[in-house]
Amino acid sequence: MSNEPLNDKAMIGTTRRGFLAATAATGTALVANAASGATPDPLITEVQEWGSGLGDGVDANPYGLPIRFESDVVRRNVSWLTADVISSINFTPIHALDGTITPQGCAFERHHSGAIELSKDDYRLMINGLVDTPLVFTYADLERMPRVTRTFFLECAANTGMEWAGAQLNGSQFTHGMIHNMEYTGVTLRTLLEEAGVQPTATWLFVEGADASSNGRSIPMEKALDDCMIAFKANGEALRMEHGYPVRLVVPGWEGNLWVKWLRRMEATDAPVESREETSKYTDTMADGTSRKWTWVMDAKSVVTSPSPQMPITHGNGPLVITGLAWSGRGAITGVDVSMDGGKTWKPARLAAPGTEMALTRFYFDHNWQGEEMLLQSRATDSTGYVQPTKAQLREVRGENSVYHNNCIQTWWVKPNGEAENVEVS
Amino acid sequence: MSKYRNLTTAALLAATLSTPALAGGLGLGRAALPEEIAAWDKDVRPDGVGLPVGSGDAIVGEEVFADKCAACHGDFAEGVDNWPKLAGGMNTLNRDDPLKTVGSYWPHVSTLFDYINRSMPFGAAQTLEPDEVYGIVAYILYSNDLIEDDYVISNENLAAFELPNAAGFFVDDRETTEYAQFSAPACMENCKDEVKITMHATVLDVTPGDPTDGEGAPAGASGEGGAAPAAAEPETKAEEAAPAAEQAAPAAVEVAAADPAMIAAGEKVFKKCAACHKVGEGAKNGTGPMLNGIVNSPMGMVEGFKYSAEMAAAGTDGMIWDDANLHTFLEKPKSLIAKTKMSFAGLKKPEDRDAVIAYLGSLGK
Repeated sequence: MSNEPLNDKAMIGTTRRGFLAATAATGTALVANAASGATPDPLITEVQEWGSGLGDGVDANPYGLPIRFESDVVRRNVSWLTADVISSINFTPIHALDGTITPQGCAFERHHSGAIELSKDDYRLMINGLVDTPLVFTYADLERMPRVTRTFFLECAANTGMEWAGAQLNGSQFTHGMIHNMEYTGVTLRTLLEEAGVQPTATWLFVEGADASSNGRSIPMEKALDDCMIAFKANGEALRMEHGYPVRLVVPGWEGNLWVKWLRRMEATDAPVESREETSKYTDTMADGTSRKWTWVMDAKSVVTSPSPQMPITHGNGPLVITGLAWSGRGAITGVDVSMDGGKTWKPARLAAPGTEMALTRFYFDHNWQGEEMLLQSRATDSTGYVQPTKAQLREVRGENSVYHNNCIQTWWVKPNGEAENVEVS
Repeated sequence: MSKYRNLTTAALLAATLSTPALAGGLGLGRAALPEEIAAWDKDVRPDGVGLPVGSGDAIVGEEVFADKCAACHGDFAEGVDNWPKLAGGMNTLNRDDPLKTVGSYWPHVSTLFDYINRSMPFGAAQTLEPDEVYGIVAYILYSNDLIEDDYVISNENLAAFELPNAAGFFVDDRETTEYAQFSAPACMENCKDEVKITMHATVLDVTPGDPTDGEGAPAGASGEGGAAPAAAEPETKAEEAAPAAEQAAPAAVEVAAADPAMIAAGEKVFKKCAACHKVGEGAKNGTGPMLNGIVNSPMGMVEGFKYSAEMAAAGTDGMIWDDANLHTFLEKPKSLIAKTKMSFAGLKKPEDRDAVIAYLGSLGK
């Protein structure tokens, strides 16, 4: 019995586009049927199979995955972006999530030579270069060091990068899904580096992974000693393979490419290596053809996750929850404003909890929707006083070719039938 | 509320500063040996620090490049499909859609050496000799019209070589060019006179379809992580089965194909091939031909793939991908088809070849 659909009606809700089509065709008929009480609801008046028979026993799923009705809440890629899935990226389904913590199983992935399988037993971490004693640690060594637990967002520098030249992808998952937010447990770099004894001439730290790409990056020693850490747990459990199991680097507030996965070596140096990932990539080309380098910090940004193109309004007029995410690599989110008229008028949203440094903040805006067209936007302000800019403001400074660090205000055009589309406005 | 936020910030800062109290005297880890540091510390800096002794020119480099790089990057470093273009694009950086290549964009030759040396070829990283890397570097510079083909690049002169866009970079200046103007008090009312939609995403329509529509990944099947517990089992079986596979080395394709553990092992090894060869439902030709049903089929005959003349001729002559040919080809591709387009070096271990052949044999047409 447990393998059979318990109720076919429940499956309708999993096909969002089908659901939308049904609602769009019949207006608010579905809503009226459930809520009006004109005829008795058989879900209430008739004994249902789940209320009569038995469900799964314990151990049916020793490690549980989301119920099948949520099977559309998954990472997805945009195949035309890259030559191959092995060196590619996919997107967190932020449109369908709530709260602030991203479950590891649907947190976006970015690999340069594929996700590798590296066991704890085979894991080694080397610290060398300008240190008193070059050291090698096993995984077991790391577990014996003073431990910290902290929550941070990781955003790829290219998040929203496809939108520079115009509105392109229809869905917050695709426009803003190169982000996740996890509670990391591990050891500070300060603890590790002091164990080796960093010499005063060491102004940079070169970090690399054990995979074929190695993804080497140079980080100023000041940042490394300030708040960076290695993580071996995320959201309470071991890192997933695709996020760098058994050990990854955490570089709070800075672009995701620096968060080296399968971290194998840290070298104290007196100059940056200027690796591929910090010269030919992750540099931001301006309109005049010159390029900014070392653009590490992620500026304040926000997006309405629902309603949005993948999350149309299907419930008809009346109470509507507008919600989204805000974050800043330079501090905490202090406020988020929401506009329903494309930026003419703004109203403060409600933060689910006070913003914390370099972590996602959830916001809500409760609205009584009467089927009016909306040009829905959100705008974040962080603890430095920085206010999320419009795309026009960013283009004014950078042109349209910088690829990375697009933190512009996003607009969703919500139509009277509840559908939403990614648009640009004047 | 703002007070509360300040307190949170202060508490976080305090936490950041207080953790290293115990550090320095834990006595954990052990000294790294010189051989270990030499094995891992291979990064090369713009000043040439880290370069191994060696040299090469574009004449030698062209051969190595054709052999190991051209399958993705093209014979002339022009790039195949969506794979990176390494040459061309001069003077395009200030235009729409600039073409960023080694010649037009990269600031340092050291980066080229460093990346090739540590991370290329794709799927066979860290297999090149220093002279091969110098040769490839020279060939890429030559392809960008930056050197003559007999110009020798070595550890002596590499750092002094200046690329055209070396001066094209400046350190992040957002603090002065952006932060002040983006920190003005936020407007709340009458911020604009009118608002018009100036662009629609649906005009381009490049968004992937909804998985519940049957496009893209089937619902619940995508996401490597999501399927992790289920995937763990065959992987473990594959490892346990490795010695058995070794003993079964001379076995025929049919026998090998019947062994699920061997197939699972082969699927794992096939990751080395998967960048260029697609398999399974809906597989299409990519950099290499798709390989569904390849075992015991004629060589050079996958529909729509442009083979080397020699591979195509082999098929016309009646050669088929039987066990012997697959073994020879997978061990050293060019020993069977000298001019094959496949740049893969080969699978050294017989058990890996057996496993991959078993895996390929398990795939339907």
